[in-house]
Amino acid sequence: MNELAILLVPLLAAAILAIVPAYRLSARINVIACLVAFLAAASLLWQRPETGQYLLIDDLNVVFIVLTNFVAFTTSAFSASYIGHELETGRLTPAYLRFYHAMYQVMLFGMNLALIANNIGLMWVAVELATLSTVVMVGIYRTHEAIEAAWKYFILGSVGIALALFGTILVYLAARPVVGEGMDAMVWTELLRHASGFDPSLLNVAFIFLLLGYGTKVGLAPLHAWLPDAHAEGPTPISAVLSGLLLNVALYALLRFKMLLAANPGAIAPGPLMIVLGLLSLIFAGFMLYRRRDIKRLFAYSSIEHMGIIVFAFGMAGPIGNFAGLLQMTMHSLTKSAIFFSVGHVAQVKGTQRIAEMGGLTESHPVLGWGLIGGVAAIAGLPPFGVFQSEFLIVSSTFARAPLLAVLLVFGLLIAFGALMLRLSSVAFGPPLGPVGPVKASYVPMFAHLALVLVAGFYLPAPVVAWFQHVAALLG
Amino acid sequence: MISPGLDFDIAHMLAGGLVLVSFMMLYQDRLYALINVLALHAVVLALSVAWQAYIHDAPHLYITAAIALVFKAIIIPVALRRMVFRLGIHREIETVFGIGLTMLAGIALVGLSMEVMLPVTAHADPVAREDIALALSVVLLGLLVMVTRRNAVSQVVGFMSLENGINLAATGAQGMPLVVEISIAFSILIAFIVIGIFLFRIRERFDTVDLSALDASRGER
Repeated sequence: MNELAILLVPLLAAAILAIVPAYRLSARINVIACLVAFLAAASLLWQRPETGQYLLIDDLNVVFIVLTNFVAFTTSAFSASYIGHELETGRLTPAYLRFYHAMYQVMLFGMNLALIANNIGLMWVAVELATLSTVVMVGIYRTHEAIEAAWKYFILGSVGIALALFGTILVYLAARPVVGEGMDAMVWTELLRHASGFDPSLLNVAFIFLLLGYGTKVGLAPLHAWLPDAHAEGPTPISAVLSGLLLNVALYALLRFKMLLAANPGAIAPGPLMIVLGLLSLIFAGFMLYRRRDIKRLFAYSSIEHMGIIVFAFGMAGPIGNFAGLLQMTMHSLTKSAIFFSVGHVAQVKGTQRIAEMGGLTESHPVLGWGLIGGVAAIAGLPPFGVFQSEFLIVSSTFARAPLLAVLLVFGLLIAFGALMLRLSSVAFGPPLGPVGPVKASYVPMFAHLALVLVAGFYLPAPVVAWFQHVAALLG
Repeated sequence: MISPGLDFDIAHMLAGGLVLVSFMMLYQDRLYALINVLALHAVVLALSVAWQAYIHDAPHLYITAAIALVFKAIIIPVALRRMVFRLGIHREIETVFGIGLTMLAGIALVGLSMEVMLPVTAHADPVAREDIALALSVVLLGLLVMVTRRNAVSQVVGFMSLENGINLAATGAQGMPLVVEISIAFSILIAFIVIGIFLFRIRERFDTVDLSALDASRGER
């Protein structure tokens, strides 16, 4: 039941939101629907359904599902306080707002379906659905820049998704002689059970296509071109879910196929490919951070950087690498969405996203300013926060196994750290710049995320650690 | 069922025909002509899928063939033609490289896909094997069309031909489930793209040699 709830609740809510005209009411329905979906997702931790041909809950995807529904819930609460301002300033009309809320639930449905699917074809369709719903939300302001961003996202995302489908077909071709014709050859659990008998060379080519296809959606350099524009031009709640969730969903798809390759003795090791792409993304994004003048674009590049670190960690694999990758992914989702919550209100009160036109936030808006400082300190990897822990794990385990790679990794981390600190100091300190009017914001989602990240930095509960260790072992 | 040899030859010919039509796209320099070639591409795909449905005795594939014929060979080309007319888009296509260079690149891509796919599919059955290799050629040629054209409509044409290549691969992989569903999902995607162009009046791709326009559209204001 609960596995159907995380699919049906968003679907039903989307239908209702499409016809409710009052925006306060629909914002509330949006929050409630996300809360119900989150509770249903959390109940999956205790009560797990049978594995079928279409749906699957296992130890790996339940982590992603709970995280996705949690961040979607807090983001909907942030969105409720954010979106009213957009209506007042006339950037959105009530009709578009209705559309926005319905699409938010469609996106949640798509992501949940992609995570829960036990069928590689169904997973592909779900990722496509989630992509389409975010495309229309990125373009919702209908400015020239927003449409350009949506178009770019659309075309690059479509090409990526087409390549992923080609890879999916090749996996089917590899599975057919072993598993037999028909639906079973696309069922994930069947694939994994028989993976050792697949033709390794076909599997290798399939993985290249899947890596390029889903890698585009993860935002790995050099396939990242859509990501900064899509983050900068859409509504900020969408930037938060893009960074915090959609990138993870694509990463999840990649991890699934990586497990398939790991189960086949003749296939290439996917690790080195992922390590190269991860390091490339990290270092490239680190340098790109210096030249950003738009605050949302800055944090979009920081997402590319972090996806690079995460893909690197999963590429290094082993119990520690996978553990650190999972932790880093969780921490990044929580921290980056908290940052976007704060950035969204900052951009609203200042009326601009240009870093040069905002300054002295700690003086003019102390709560927002210090929230932003906390978020950036966390994302840059400063000690008391959880990101520091996971990055420390990644760096130290890499030093033990491949010192040369570790040097590159640390180099990238330091470059990015410097850039973030430089930008933060100009935004947070100094004399206040731009409008200093009061801000109507709900700070709860932002500080809830930061508190979680902070607590994770000091103390990870033993069951969580055991769980992550178990999943890390599954990933091989 | 006719003789297996003939089955194979016809399937092979139709898939090869799709590659040929993809090449025809590369040298079109008029938008209307390009749209006509796209319609032809879809017709060849429909024939190829219908032939697969016949030889493999898989009636559900006729649906995919029908979608290709009605939606991609008739509705979308007509919609694109009207759009070019209504939005007053330039009828001539700006290409990034010369035609000759693009054709050479296309030949190289076909060679590459044969080189990659034929060895790895050595154990698959021969029809699927040739189909997959030719389908990859169509996919790569579609990407080439997207990369070398500057205008939104011709990018959509490139994407659709890429997608036709994927449909060919999906139908060639014998007994693959969800083929019909996937072709419907793709049709929805394409409909979205076309509606998007129309609603937002995207005339050109956003890159241009005009530097001031470039600054404005880099988003770094």
